[in-house]
Amino acid sequence: MKTKDWDLSSPLPEKPSEIKRILTIVIFFILIFSAGRFTGFSIGSLIRNSGEAKDIISRMFFPPDFAYTKRLINPMIETIQISLVGTILGSIVSIPFAVLSARNFIKTKWINGFFRNLLNLFRTIPALVFAAMFTSVFGFGSFAGMLALLIFTIGLVAKLSYEAIEGIDPGPVEALTASGAGNMSILRYAIIPQVLPQYMSFVLYSFEINIRASAVLGYVGAGGIAEYYDRTLSFLKYDRAGTIVLLSFVVILVIDLISSYIREKLV
Amino acid sequence: MSILEINHISKIYPNGVKALDDVSLSIDKGEFVSIIGLSGAGKSTLLRSINKMIEVTEGEIFFEGKDVVAAKGKELRMIRRDMGMIFQSFNLVKRSKVITNVLAGRISYHPAWKTFLGLYPEADKQIAYKALDRVNILEKAYSRADELSGGQMQRVAIARSLAQEPKLLLADEPVASLDPLTTIQVMDDLRRINRELGITTLVNLHHVDLALKYSNRVIGLQAGKLVYDGPASEVTDEILEQIYGRALLSSEILGDVDEN
Repeated sequence: MKTKDWDLSSPLPEKPSEIKRILTIVIFFILIFSAGRFTGFSIGSLIRNSGEAKDIISRMFFPPDFAYTKRLINPMIETIQISLVGTILGSIVSIPFAVLSARNFIKTKWINGFFRNLLNLFRTIPALVFAAMFTSVFGFGSFAGMLALLIFTIGLVAKLSYEAIEGIDPGPVEALTASGAGNMSILRYAIIPQVLPQYMSFVLYSFEINIRASAVLGYVGAGGIAEYYDRTLSFLKYDRAGTIVLLSFVVILVIDLISSYIREKLV
Repeated sequence: MSILEINHISKIYPNGVKALDDVSLSIDKGEFVSIIGLSGAGKSTLLRSINKMIEVTEGEIFFEGKDVVAAKGKELRMIRRDMGMIFQSFNLVKRSKVITNVLAGRISYHPAWKTFLGLYPEADKQIAYKALDRVNILEKAYSRADELSGGQMQRVAIARSLAQEPKLLLADEPVASLDPLTTIQVMDDLRRINRELGITTLVNLHHVDLALKYSNRVIGLQAGKLVYDGPASEVTDEILEQIYGRALLSSEILGDVDEN
């Protein structure tokens, strides 16, 4: 079907200015360029050193020292344990943090604010920094690493959970309040059932992140498989370091797949 | 004998809206009273003032002689325990089972730590089952609330408030989100409960004809003021015009609720 010729009833409105768009593009490139300068990024250096990179990669993975896997089983299990215990304990401690941060449950602003800021602090400081701090307090070993992940888990799970609590349907809370129920009962029967599946999903999500984080905790002496990077690399055993990378990759991938599968089923 | 005394209550919201303007009422034990009026006339505010879900700006409310306005903490919770409340949006925990929702009505009878662990005495479970049976929905006891239809959800909500063993039932637009057929079922349930158990019932209603059919007394609110308080049988077109500010159109009446 042919459209009929149409005469515009009024002149076109003035076109919006292009300056904003052009300015955005210019600023974008200035930022990229200055960031590159600042960090000393150089394409030349990338090309010049590519031979060395190729050399190390081939020494690490072609072939890796598979026999070394036997020695890695125990530290790998320790890595998983660190993240498992850190996640579970952290998730339990997250519950009071989340409840006290939720504005629709605790109506005292300074209490919400205090716990929210604490959670912000927990998330701002990387787990590796916490781990380094804790090794100086509690000594080297997996306890320091576990504690670091525990803190990180609180920062993440409590934050996501209080947001979930603030997003619940307020109806059941209203109904229980009207029936004369106290705050603890309201929490138990109107709030927790509404956020439980989401909370479980946050716990699994933080487990996925923690298992990755725990694979490097050993660098600062906080237990787990990363201690073996140091042992192998300082003796130039690249093929063994390659084995560690591969093993970590496979374990993280499998745990990640299982966890995200369960998370999908939850919500 | 009066169960509820409301003396000169007013409510001004922080934004300056005067939702209630010097309203006084006395409700007798066993009455079935409808509150009618336009949206924003103050029906909901009036009902929620009675269990202090909303605090009045001025005036007194006495429930069985107890001062509701001054009540706080445990005292307030004990007053609320004697008042069941039903809502337009049912306010069930949709992910929980029907029986869990109904048992929630028993919470205020026990120390918090006991209910926190889910330890309800057997007698409470019997009360919950009977409450479900009374609204003909016992067979859904172990279904999840979100598997039910709107009318079924409202019946579960009624069962929850029955489990409270209340002396007064406050129903805030209980049928506003239901279709005409389930509306009648739910209204019938409310009337039956009022008659069989003698629970005093206050219902906010959109539909005038439902109010006239089900209640023996009608309260009309207009812009926060009480403009009518009397028997349903004496409500005339003039009175309705006063409450609604104009004559009702036939489309504003639910229709043939009297057949069957």
